[in-house]
Amino acid sequence: MKRNVPLMVAIIAGYVMILAYFSPYTEGWGEKVMVWFDILAAIAFVLGGGNLLKVHLKKVSDRQAGWAYSVITVVAFLVMLIVGLGKIGVHPHEKYAHMAWSGNFSAIGSPFWWLYEYTFKPLQATIFAMLAFYVASAAFRAFRAKNFEAILLLGTAFIILLGRTAAGPYITGWFPDWIEGLEADKLSTYIMEVFNTAGNRAIMIGIALGTASVSLKILLGVDRSYLGSGEE
Amino acid sequence: MNRENLIWVVLFVIGGAILLGRAMLSEHGMGKAYVKAVEKDRVRTSEPAVYPNEDEQDITWISADEAREQGIDVEALGDDDHKQWTIYDPATLTAYQAEMAVDPNQTTYQFSLSRSVGIWFAAFMTLFVLTFLIKDNPFYKVAESIFIGISAAYWMVVGFWSTVTPNLIGKLSPDLVRGWAMPGLSRDEPVELMYLIPLGLGAMLLWRLSPKGGWIARWPMAFIIGVFCGLRLITFLHADFLTQIRNGIVPLWVTDTAGAFDFWESLRNVFLIVGVLSCLVYFFFSFEHKGIVGKTAKLGIWFMMITFGAAFGYTVMGRIALLAIRLEFLFDDWLWLIDPTNKRVEAVVSMLGLF
Repeated sequence: MKRNVPLMVAIIAGYVMILAYFSPYTEGWGEKVMVWFDILAAIAFVLGGGNLLKVHLKKVSDRQAGWAYSVITVVAFLVMLIVGLGKIGVHPHEKYAHMAWSGNFSAIGSPFWWLYEYTFKPLQATIFAMLAFYVASAAFRAFRAKNFEAILLLGTAFIILLGRTAAGPYITGWFPDWIEGLEADKLSTYIMEVFNTAGNRAIMIGIALGTASVSLKILLGVDRSYLGSGEE
Repeated sequence: MNRENLIWVVLFVIGGAILLGRAMLSEHGMGKAYVKAVEKDRVRTSEPAVYPNEDEQDITWISADEAREQGIDVEALGDDDHKQWTIYDPATLTAYQAEMAVDPNQTTYQFSLSRSVGIWFAAFMTLFVLTFLIKDNPFYKVAESIFIGISAAYWMVVGFWSTVTPNLIGKLSPDLVRGWAMPGLSRDEPVELMYLIPLGLGAMLLWRLSPKGGWIARWPMAFIIGVFCGLRLITFLHADFLTQIRNGIVPLWVTDTAGAFDFWESLRNVFLIVGVLSCLVYFFFSFEHKGIVGKTAKLGIWFMMITFGAAFGYTVMGRIALLAIRLEFLFDDWLWLIDPTNKRVEAVVSMLGLF
C-alpha cells in the first residue's frame, strides 16, 4: 500500500501517456494532464506555504536563535496572503460592477499590487543582481587562466561581454576591412552562431537521451528513489 | 561598541542626515510618486424588475456618460444601479506640475502618499539586501525574512487565482465561479467531473503536512512523476533529440546562388558538425578516452568551454543589467539625481537653476 500502489500509479500513468501519444483519439490527453499538472503545482504552493508556517511557528514557539526573523517571515506571509486571496482594495471589473470579486487580484493600486511592486519585485531583483558580484568573484577564483580550457572559457566570456555592449564596437570598430570579422560584435555573433550552437546541440542531445533513459528506468520500475526510504 | 561598528554607525547617521536634508529642505524633495485620478462611473442598464431572476451575464454596465446620452436619469438611480469609484494611474511630476500651473485647485493629478511610502520602502529594502556585500547583518536578515514570507504567499495567491480558480473550481462548478470571481466564464462551460482526480490528488499531496500518514502524499507524487516521465520521454526524443540531429545535418560543401564554392559558409558548417560530433564523443563513456577517441573528446571539451564561456558571459551581463536597473531605481525614482525618461524635466531644470 505504501510503496507498491504509488509504484503502480507512476508506471500506469507513464505508459498511458506514452500510448496516448500514438492514438488520434487520445492525443489530447497530454494537454489535459498538463492542466492537472498545473493544478497540482498550484496546490504544491499551498504545501510550501503550510510548511513555511509550520517551520517558522515552531522556531518562534521554541524561542530558537533568530526567532524574531521568523516572526517577520510569518507576518509578511500572512499579510500578503490575506490581501491577495481576499482581493482587498480591488475594485470590481467595469463590465461587472455588481460583482465585488470580479476585479483582477493584482489590479494597479491594490494592496497586493503595492506589496508586489514595492516589496517583492525590488527584493527579488536585488537578490538576483547581487549574484553579479558573486558570479564574478567565484569565476575569478575558479577559472583563473591556468590552462588552455580556462583561457578558452574566459576569453569567450570576455568577447561576448565586449561584443554585446557598446564598448565592443567602440574599441574594435576601427579594424580594417580585411579583419573586420574580428570586430568584437561580429566575433561574438560568430561564436554564438557556430561554436555555441555546436556545444549546445550536443548538450541538448545528451539531455534528451538522459531524460529518456531516466524516464525508462522509472517506468520499468528500476529507479524507485522517488518512493523515499520506506521508513515511514 | 568596537571601532568598526562605530564607523558604520557614523556613516549611516551621516547618510541618513543627507537623505533627510535632501528630502525635506530641497525645493522638490525626492522619492515622491504622483498619480492621475480616473473616475469610474458605471450604470446598470437592465430593467430593475428582472434583476432577481436574470442571469448575471445579462446585466450590462455602461459609463454614466453613455447612460445620460440614452436618456437615463443617472442621479436618480440607487446604489445597486449606479456605482462610482476612483482608480489611480501612475503620473509624472512633469504632468502634475503642468496641471497645477493651469489650475492650482485641480484634483486630477495628485501626490500619492502610499506610493511614495512604497518608493522609500523599496529603496530601503534594496539597500538592506546590498548590505550583504559587506557582511551578513540584521538589515539583510530582515529583508530576507520579508522576501521569504512575501514570495511564498505571492505564488500561493497567483496559483489560486490563475490556476485553481479557473482550471479546478471552474471545471467542477462553473456556475459558482461565474457568479463569484469570473463573470466572463461561458455559460456553456460543462461540469467536468474528471477534475475530481486532481482535486483528490491535491488533497493527498497536502497530507504531507499531517504528523501521521505522510506516505499518502507519495501517490500524487508518483502520479506526477509517472506522467512527467511518459510525456517527457516522447517530447524530448521528438523535440530535442530528433530536431537537433535534423538541424545538424548540413552540407559541408556550400555553394552560393551562382554555383560558386562558398568557403566561409562551408567552414562554418564544418565547425558545426565537428563541434557536435566531438562533444558527443566526450559524452560517450563506453570507450576509454585514449588515442583518437581521447583527442576527439579533448576537442569536444574545447567546444564546450567556448559554450560555457558564452553562457557565463550572458549570465554576468544579465546580472549586471539587473543591478543597473536597481541602481537606476535608487538614483532615478528615489533620489531624483538622474532622469533618463524625462519624468521630471521641468523640476530638475528649475532645481539646477538653469532657467
